[in-house]
Amino acid sequence: MTITNELKDIFTKNLRTSGIYIAFVLIVVLFTILTNGLLLSPINITNIILQYSYVLILALGMIIVIVAGHIDLSVGSLVALTGAVSAVLVIKNDMPWWAGMLAGIAVGALCGLWQGFWVAYVGIPAFIVTLAGMLLFRGLTYEVLSNVSLSPFPGEYGQIAGGFLNGLLGGNGFDLFTVIIGVIAVVGLFYSQWRNRAGRAKYGQSVESMAMFLAKNIITGIIILWFFWQIATSRGMPIVLIILAALILGYHVLTTKTVFGRHVYAIGGNLSAAKLSGVNVKRINMWIFINMGLLSGVAGVVFSSRSNGAQPGAGNMFELDAIAACFIGGASTTGGVGRVTGAIVGGLVMAVLSNGMQLMGVGASTQQIVKGVVLLLAVAFDIYNKRRAGAGN
Amino acid sequence: MDTTILHMQDITKTFPGVKALDGVNLSVRKGEIHAICGENGAGKSTLMKVLSGVYPHGSYEGQIIFEGEELKASNIKDSEAQGIVIIHQELALVPYLSVAENIFLGNETARGGFIDWNETNHRAADLLARVGLDELPVTPVGQLGVGKQQLVEIAKALSKNVKLLILDEPTAALNDDDSEHLLNLLRELREQGITSIIISHKLGEIEDIANTTTIIRDGQSIEALDMADPASNQNRIIRGMVGRELSARYPQREPQIGDVVFEVRDWSVQHPVQQERTVVEHASLDVRAGEIVGIAGLMGAGRTELAMSIFGHSYGRNITGTVLMGGKPVDTSTVGKAIGAGIAYVSEDRKKFGLNLIEDIRVNTTAAGLGKISSKGFVDGNREIQIAEHYRKSMRIKTPNVMAKVGNLSGGNQQKVVLGKWLHTAPELLILDEPTRGIDVGAKYEIYTIINELAAAGKAVLVISSELPELLGICDRIYTLAYGRMTGQLPRSEATQERLMELMTIEKESTR
Repeated sequence: MTITNELKDIFTKNLRTSGIYIAFVLIVVLFTILTNGLLLSPINITNIILQYSYVLILALGMIIVIVAGHIDLSVGSLVALTGAVSAVLVIKNDMPWWAGMLAGIAVGALCGLWQGFWVAYVGIPAFIVTLAGMLLFRGLTYEVLSNVSLSPFPGEYGQIAGGFLNGLLGGNGFDLFTVIIGVIAVVGLFYSQWRNRAGRAKYGQSVESMAMFLAKNIITGIIILWFFWQIATSRGMPIVLIILAALILGYHVLTTKTVFGRHVYAIGGNLSAAKLSGVNVKRINMWIFINMGLLSGVAGVVFSSRSNGAQPGAGNMFELDAIAACFIGGASTTGGVGRVTGAIVGGLVMAVLSNGMQLMGVGASTQQIVKGVVLLLAVAFDIYNKRRAGAGN
Repeated sequence: MDTTILHMQDITKTFPGVKALDGVNLSVRKGEIHAICGENGAGKSTLMKVLSGVYPHGSYEGQIIFEGEELKASNIKDSEAQGIVIIHQELALVPYLSVAENIFLGNETARGGFIDWNETNHRAADLLARVGLDELPVTPVGQLGVGKQQLVEIAKALSKNVKLLILDEPTAALNDDDSEHLLNLLRELREQGITSIIISHKLGEIEDIANTTTIIRDGQSIEALDMADPASNQNRIIRGMVGRELSARYPQREPQIGDVVFEVRDWSVQHPVQQERTVVEHASLDVRAGEIVGIAGLMGAGRTELAMSIFGHSYGRNITGTVLMGGKPVDTSTVGKAIGAGIAYVSEDRKKFGLNLIEDIRVNTTAAGLGKISSKGFVDGNREIQIAEHYRKSMRIKTPNVMAKVGNLSGGNQQKVVLGKWLHTAPELLILDEPTRGIDVGAKYEIYTIINELAAAGKAVLVISSELPELLGICDRIYTLAYGRMTGQLPRSEATQERLMELMTIEKESTR
């Protein structure tokens, strides 16, 4: 296959998977121009990460929920509840920051277990269970906080979402540690891609041409290095970025390389066939919701850390941001299709849209309208692509 | 009588990268039953979609002349207005609506936007009488069996003043009685001057009913056979379809039969919803190593229910009885345990129960045996490709690699993927439920060959099939099941269609 054909395929045959990346690049370019380059300034890039990390964390759990054919409407309320529990322990009861953090995550997992039980073992559709959870957890948040906001957290707790690793290894005008992490990321990515390609080639599967492979990886590598350079010349490595990167990597592996991940896709793709193939559907569904609760707990801790306190109304509409990220990222509304990388890029599309419009001084109302339209168009595009692919049979 | 009602000329339809139809010609005389035969993927359905307006005029090349005028349908409604109605294989009825509502769906008898229920039900009753369906117009369609639903579809077509009725595999899901009734109805409609085009894999049926048979192969019309000619028999049609003579429908084999591998004793299953209804009653059977054993039974005899209740208790309630593998009792109460005990079950409905159609061959092949290629919860991706490739090659699945989406494959290739998936679990016993349903003749032969190879490798094979010739062609021994009870077993040498049918229809004794 020649490289021009492959390029053509990216824009035609594989548009469903590559479309989101193309859209992301276009949106970034658009807002860079509209904001006179402000969007890609080192400070702003760092800001985007700090500001939207919790939506990306939620999207990681949500993509698994959606691929399995469910939905979770309760994550916003659960973010509030877990943040509140953490705040009560740390601010009111003077417990150490890590105790609050662990308690928040544990409460999240426990709430996930609760919802997973109803979905998996009682057989109530997740839409209903999590709609109930949305009310339930919000109510519990008010109870836990006795209807008032709690703040501020002691210094260490704020570091989770607001801290930086800077000057760990020195550097002149830039943070050497951050740059080294960037280089490791690029080398690691290249190595894993290389192994993947070699493995496929060895077993006689078709692989992209060497030119295409190198072009793709070199461009990605340059973007990653540039991204880390921007961060390195700003405030250094945000701690939350390390958390986020570890989670993304972990969940990417979980969904693509493990038996659990396979079973999730099998359940979403054809429930009956999965059952008759020996997949323990109930147990998998249970774990999907425990995992979603756990990640809601992580997001709750990050959010409460960033907002330096807990408010009864925190996390409102977060579930919709997370769900939108998944669908914009190419997940199918009927289950069985979706990727972690897609959900992350989908989340970044939402993040860049919001941030770009904020930089331009666009009002909150317009922002919501634009985000709504983008979600609609993304799913319409997905359906259009499916229909086009279906006509080939 | 010898006037042409439909003439399709040089129809060519291309999809991106595929030429589905290549200069097809089809001539149908007024008032005849015209059969279209061809292997799966030959282009039969595509041709009918072109005719019925699913693919609008302009999206294909060539000309359609219907009743002397060129047909330029831009959607299904256009072609229906001309009197061309297609009934698809998957019935398009709404189960919760009544028979009458379904018949007039999209074509309601209404005055000023309000439905005239008396008129609707009255007209529906007339139509039901015409198709010989003895049901009230207000009965919900979901309460009817597949055979009766098929008749409702035809009544719906008649309500549209149909001139040309197209039926895509109308009898595929029907039992013999219902099929016979349907075919008789088509004959009656022929008397009334309605022309029918019927697509079917059941060649006996076609021999019975069709006036003309057009054969399509690889997107081209090969020939049109006049069925009045005695030379136009099943073998003649098969030769046209595959482009070669199939010397035998069933491959030869020398059975090497060993010890009993699988045994079921006193197996009883109750209906999952209806209290007190026993679906399988005190059934016992055994299968030996290297043996192919058949289960014959009419629709509703409890064949699939027996198999699925054994396989992980996937059907029914209050299941009692013992399953033995190699003489030892085993627990098969979950699918996982059944697989662990060495049992594999290939469902009769591969799309619903067998495959994840949106995934590729690779993922489907390993879906039931992921444990074998993973350690500590991680799947070995390279090993997986290797295994999927192995089954792709040994099963002769016709794709360039294992990354092809299963949903895009033909029925025969899909069935091979399902077989590969279950072979990967290394079972001692394979239960094959309707292994060749909806598969064309050439691929059937290949499936039989694979079954024979499995038996030769010492596996025990249990085949459930509605087609008696198939059971007689491949099995060493055949059990008969009637009303949930085992009514007998015959070795191959003694089994005939007539004797099997006798045993399959033994009714329950009133005292027991």
